[in-house]
Amino acid sequence: MAHFDPNAKPFSHKWLNERLGVDTLKRVLSTEYWIPKNINFLWAMGMVLAATFGVLLISGIFLLMYYVPTTKEAFDSVNYTIMSQVGYGWLWRHVHAVAASVVFLIIYIHMLTGIYYGSYKRGRELIWISGMLLFVAFSAEAFSGYMLPWGQMSYWAGMVITNLFSLGSLNLNGLVEWIRGDYVPGQAFLGRFFMLHVVLIPLFIIGLIVLHFGTLRLPHVNNQDGEEFDFEAEAEKWKAGKKKEAKVIPFNPVFLSKDVFVMGIYFIFFFYLVFYHFEFAMDPVNFDPANGLKTPPHIYPEWYFLWSYEILRPFSKNIGLIAFGFAQVIFFLLPFLDRSPNVAPANRRGIFKIWFWLLVVDMVGLTILGKLPPVGTWTIVGTVFADIFIALWIALPFVTKMEKPIGGK
Amino acid sequence: MSDRRDFMGMALGGFAGLGALGALYAAKRTWDPLPSVKAGGFTTLDLSNVPENTLVVEKWRGKPVLIIKVPKNAKPNSAPNGHNENAYDDKRLVTVGGHKYMIVIGLCTHLGCIPDYFPEKNKFICPCHGGQFNAAGEVLKAPPPSPLVIPPFKITGTKVVLGEEGPEYKKLLAAGVVS
Ligand code: HEM
Ligand code: FES
Repeated sequence: MAHFDPNAKPFSHKWLNERLGVDTLKRVLSTEYWIPKNINFLWAMGMVLAATFGVLLISGIFLLMYYVPTTKEAFDSVNYTIMSQVGYGWLWRHVHAVAASVVFLIIYIHMLTGIYYGSYKRGRELIWISGMLLFVAFSAEAFSGYMLPWGQMSYWAGMVITNLFSLGSLNLNGLVEWIRGDYVPGQAFLGRFFMLHVVLIPLFIIGLIVLHFGTLRLPHVNNQDGEEFDFEAEAEKWKAGKKKEAKVIPFNPVFLSKDVFVMGIYFIFFFYLVFYHFEFAMDPVNFDPANGLKTPPHIYPEWYFLWSYEILRPFSKNIGLIAFGFAQVIFFLLPFLDRSPNVAPANRRGIFKIWFWLLVVDMVGLTILGKLPPVGTWTIVGTVFADIFIALWIALPFVTKMEKPIGGK
Repeated sequence: MSDRRDFMGMALGGFAGLGALGALYAAKRTWDPLPSVKAGGFTTLDLSNVPENTLVVEKWRGKPVLIIKVPKNAKPNSAPNGHNENAYDDKRLVTVGGHKYMIVIGLCTHLGCIPDYFPEKNKFICPCHGGQFNAAGEVLKAPPPSPLVIPPFKITGTKVVLGEEGPEYKKLLAAGVVS
C-alpha cells in the first residue's frame, strides 16, 4: 500500500503527505469538520478557554524560573524577587493571576451555555462529562496554585480544604495528615502541591482537552435551535459550491475566523484587566506571610469557589459536607437527570426555562453570600439559598419528565 | 501457539500488576509524614505567669495550643444552643498549682481555623464559619460538632509537658472528655 515517491523533496508537501498524511489530518480535523451556521458568539467560549489555558501555561513557565517552593522563601520569591527584581516579572504574575480568575468566568459561561441549549444530550453526554472533568481539574489547579505564594490565605485555605478530607464525624485525621505530610500545612505540603500545580495537573488538563475535543468530533457542536442536521448531506452542499444553501460551514478557515474575532474582543478585555485592574485577582490578605498561629479575621475562597463554599457553610459539619459533596458531583449527572428528549434552548422548554434561570440566580446569590461574614441573618439567607440549590436538582428529573416533546422540524 | 501467547501476556500482566502494586505502596509511603515530623517533640509550658481570663497561645507540633486561666465566673454572655453554664465548673479544665486552666488545641473542630477569644463575653468565636465555644472549649454554636481537643499532657509542679500522657490526662481520657 505504502507508496513513497523517491523524487519527492524532503519536507515538501508531498513528502510529508506520504509520511504523515497531513492532508487527511487537516481535512478530518479542520477543513471538513463542520460547524452549524445558526450559532452565536457563545460558541466561541471553548476556543477562548483553550487560548486562556495557553496564556496560563506561558506565564506560568516564566514564573517558575524564580519561584522557590520552600516555606521560608516562597513568599519573598514571589512578592519581592518576581514582583520587584525580575524584569517584567510583575507582568507574568499579573497575567497569570488574572487569567486564572477569568478562566473560571469563561468556564461558567461555557457551562451555562451548554445547559441553556441542551448541549449535553443526544450524543453529547461525553462532551459534557469530559467538560466537567476539566472543571474539576481546573479547580484543583487553581487551588494548588493558590498555595504557592505561602501567604495567610494560602495557609488557611490549605488548612480548611485539607480538613474536609477528615469527612466529618468519620474523623479521618490520619488521611488529612497523610495528604499534608505533616500535622499542619508545612514544607511537605507546599512541595507536593507545587508538584501537582506545575506538572501533574497540567498534564491531566492537556489530556482532558484532547479528550474533550475528541468527544466533539462525531456529535458535532449543537446549535441555537437544537436542530438535528444530516451533517454529511449539508457538507456535500457546501462542497458543491451551494454555500448559501448549506446549513454548515467548515471549522477552518470559516468558523475559526469568527472564533478569532471573539478572541480579539476577549483579549482586549483581558489585557485591560491585566494592566488596570489586576488587583481583583490578588487577595490583599495573601500579602501577609503564612502564620500558623493566627487565622485571618474572615476566610473566604476566590470568587469562583464561593457558591460551593456557601453550600458548605450554613449547615452543621456533617450535613454541610454532604451538601458540599452533592454540589461537587451533581453537575456530572446532568445528562441523566434531564429526562426530556428535547434539545432546544431553555426558553422554548416550558418549566425548564424557569429551572434554568432559578439555578443562575441561586448560584449568583450563593456567590454573593459566600463573601459576607457568617453572622446573623446572612446565615439564614445562606441556608435558604443552599436549600434551593439542592431542591432544584432534586426537582430536575420531575420537571423534565413532564416537559412536552417539541415536534422535530 | 495461542496458549503460548496467552501465557506471555499473563506473565507480563502478572508481573506488571505486582510492580504496580509495589509502586503504589511506595507512592503512598512517599506521601507519609517524615519520621522527623512524626517524632514531633514535646513542648513544656510554665503556667505560673499566665494572667487570668487572657488567651495565651503556644505552639505544639506546628499547631496552636490555647491556654486560659479560667476565672471563677466564666459564664458566656450568650449560648445559641442553650448551654450557658459557667465554664469554671467544666470537667475539661485542668488544675495546675491550684488554678483551673483550659488547655486545648486551638483549631476549630469544624474545619481548623483558630477561634478568637473574647474575654468580656467569656467565649470563642470562630472567624471562618461563626462557630462558638465557651472558656472550657465546649461548643456553644454549630457548625463545630465537638469541643476543642485537649492534647496529651503531663503536669509537673506548675509546668505542663505537651505530648506526654500523664495521670491527669488519662483520667480525662477515661471520663471521655478529651476530644
Ligand atoms: C478550560 C477548559 C475547556 C476547554 C478548553 C473547552 C473547549 C471547548 C471547545 C473548543 C468547544 C467547541 C466550541 C464551543 O462550543 O464553545 C467546547 C464545547 C463544549 N464544551 Fe467545553 N471546554 C472546556 C471546559 C468545559 C466545561 C467545564 C464544560 C461543562 C461541563 C464544557 C462543556 C462543553 C459542552 C457541553 C460543549 C458542546 C457545546 C455545543 O455542542 O454547543 N466544557 N469546549
Ligand atoms: S472552622 Fe470554625 S466554624 Fe468552620
